[in-house]
Amino acid sequence: MQTAKTLFEKVWDAHVVAKREGEPALLYIDLHLVHEVTSPQAFESLRLAGRKVRRPDLTFATVDHNIPTTSDERFHIKDQIAAQQIATLRSNCQSTGIPLFDVGSGRQGIVHVIGPELGLTQPGMTVVCGDSHTSTHGALGALAFGVGTSEVEHVLATQCVAQHEPRSMRIAVSGSLPQGTCAKDLALEIIRQIGTDGGTGYVLEYAGDAVRALTMEQRMTLCNMSIECGARAGMIAPDDTTFAYLKGRRYAPGADAWDTAVSYWRSLATDSDAKFDNEVAMDGSRLEPIVTWGTNPGMSAPVTARIPKPDSARTASERAAILAALDYMGLRPGTAIEDISIECVFIGSCTNGRLEDLRAAASVLRGYKIHSAVTLLVVPGSEAVKRAAEAEGLHRIFTEAGAQWREPGCSMCLGMNPDILAPKQRCASTSNRNFEGRQGREGRTHLVSPALAAASAVAGHFIDVRGWHYKEA
Amino acid sequence: MQAFVTHRGVVAVLDRENIDTDQIIPKQHLKRIERTGFGAFLFSDWRYFPDGSPRPDFVLNQEHGRRASILVAGKNFGCGSSREHAAWALMDFGFRAVIAPSFADIFRNNSGNNGLLVIELPEERVQMLAQRGRKSGYELKIDLENQTIRDDIGFKIDFAIDPSRRSRLLQGLDEIGLTLMHEADIAKFEQRRSLSSHAPRRG
Repeated sequence: MQTAKTLFEKVWDAHVVAKREGEPALLYIDLHLVHEVTSPQAFESLRLAGRKVRRPDLTFATVDHNIPTTSDERFHIKDQIAAQQIATLRSNCQSTGIPLFDVGSGRQGIVHVIGPELGLTQPGMTVVCGDSHTSTHGALGALAFGVGTSEVEHVLATQCVAQHEPRSMRIAVSGSLPQGTCAKDLALEIIRQIGTDGGTGYVLEYAGDAVRALTMEQRMTLCNMSIECGARAGMIAPDDTTFAYLKGRRYAPGADAWDTAVSYWRSLATDSDAKFDNEVAMDGSRLEPIVTWGTNPGMSAPVTARIPKPDSARTASERAAILAALDYMGLRPGTAIEDISIECVFIGSCTNGRLEDLRAAASVLRGYKIHSAVTLLVVPGSEAVKRAAEAEGLHRIFTEAGAQWREPGCSMCLGMNPDILAPKQRCASTSNRNFEGRQGREGRTHLVSPALAAASAVAGHFIDVRGWHYKEA
Repeated sequence: MQAFVTHRGVVAVLDRENIDTDQIIPKQHLKRIERTGFGAFLFSDWRYFPDGSPRPDFVLNQEHGRRASILVAGKNFGCGSSREHAAWALMDFGFRAVIAPSFADIFRNNSGNNGLLVIELPEERVQMLAQRGRKSGYELKIDLENQTIRDDIGFKIDFAIDPSRRSRLLQGLDEIGLTLMHEADIAKFEQRRSLSSHAPRRG
């Protein structure tokens, strides 16, 4: 009899090329995604060593990190160093035969948005990219993780990565998420509970009724944030939701191969008696909308709560961290989160830049104007997301509310392009990191869900979106 | 890759937890297409005022910090972004080793691929080193062969490291070279997969 396996173990075992005594295993990579920031040095080293790209047919590139989001500047980048980085990617793709989804191709977008959207990411695959949020693709039941530039070069040359087998952790979320909360709140709550290093060394599997009930795009949000608790990857077993999402997408298996693919994908779910190295259980029905108040994604609280007092810290170093974070954020202990005013709102990123995220934000904004002191930037995750949103008229809801409707890219999530916060400017952001300076030097980032971000843009301060008065079209 | 066998150097202490790679090398410096020259931007938001002048209170601007080659820091060092620029910047500044209670996975791999030794020690040991390291000019000697750290006043501790990483660091070996020795295995895997009904199919 075969031993019971987890989803992760099934995918891992199917990709081991060689087990080596005392060495990490060689794992075969089915899909390698490439972007402009973490690849130039890899291509250069490859060239210097006289090596070739082994499988350009399993490699896809796009430009996302430093691309401007205004319609004129994205074709005429003023920042010469950024322009050179993008030109370098174009020339590397051309010389190696790697397909590039370039600006204006209709397929360009944030690498973790376009992978699933084009059907490139499929259940049971191994996926890597020189970007930590590669964990996003685990939502489809792929084993997907971020790598550094040396590993990008390694994959270009060998189509493999050398990896010790990570441990496995199941996070089972029971119940159903309350109205006004979503996968973003769940991700932030998980990080708050297990800590920013709680997942280090693990591949997570999200399971339970609350996870099964999530749409594909919500699952992507959840898996995306796995890296913020330190996890190597996050995965969700493929099911009918997954198959329905994939069917008919550009690179998904065609009609002739579909049934075979689905029957394999169904077999990937964790066996009922499989063992995990660690298990965490949560009650999803008690989830509240979450807002981060500090400088890492674990420093958060329900929107109705107050900024914690440093004396609540368990250790001296945690106390020091809270004090440093509050100092950077310009906040005082005990302040009610709903009393914190904001000046900027960013809706977008690989965490929350998909169509459903934009719909959630638009449904809040319909019939409202944003607060006069607030700038709202809405940045779709891809050219396809932008097209779909415009087809539904979402862009009109945003612009009528006073928002700026931009072109796709990573944008203000990391501020490598011109979209950055001014010093001390406070931002409600649907992105994934509230690190110091992440959105601009001395910028103050609060991570929230798209709906809460939109409601806060109208109120001018954080607000509990569960009490929002939605206006009909 | 630069080999690491033994190293003696001055300690700099950054007594903070969760030092993320956005702090180690802020994003405005990621647009270059070279691997070199990132040392000037290491910890730049903490190291310089907005006008570019050095902040005297930041450790790397102090006399001993400028010549430090061993960094002692809090837990979960290197969390966040996968940017290998963080390891490049530390190396380019002159760091050969980082000692902390724990490291983020991707940063650990990136360091190993660049000859930067990361050493995990129990929290109280790191605290002790941090305390001593605050004295200007405190030096440590790291011996990777024997997996020991010593100072000149009687401190000695053994450390653990993944044996494969240790041997690659000792020899300065490029991982790609090692993997390419398995070319036949990779080709066989690809051949087997192309016939399997489990292989990914693209429409």
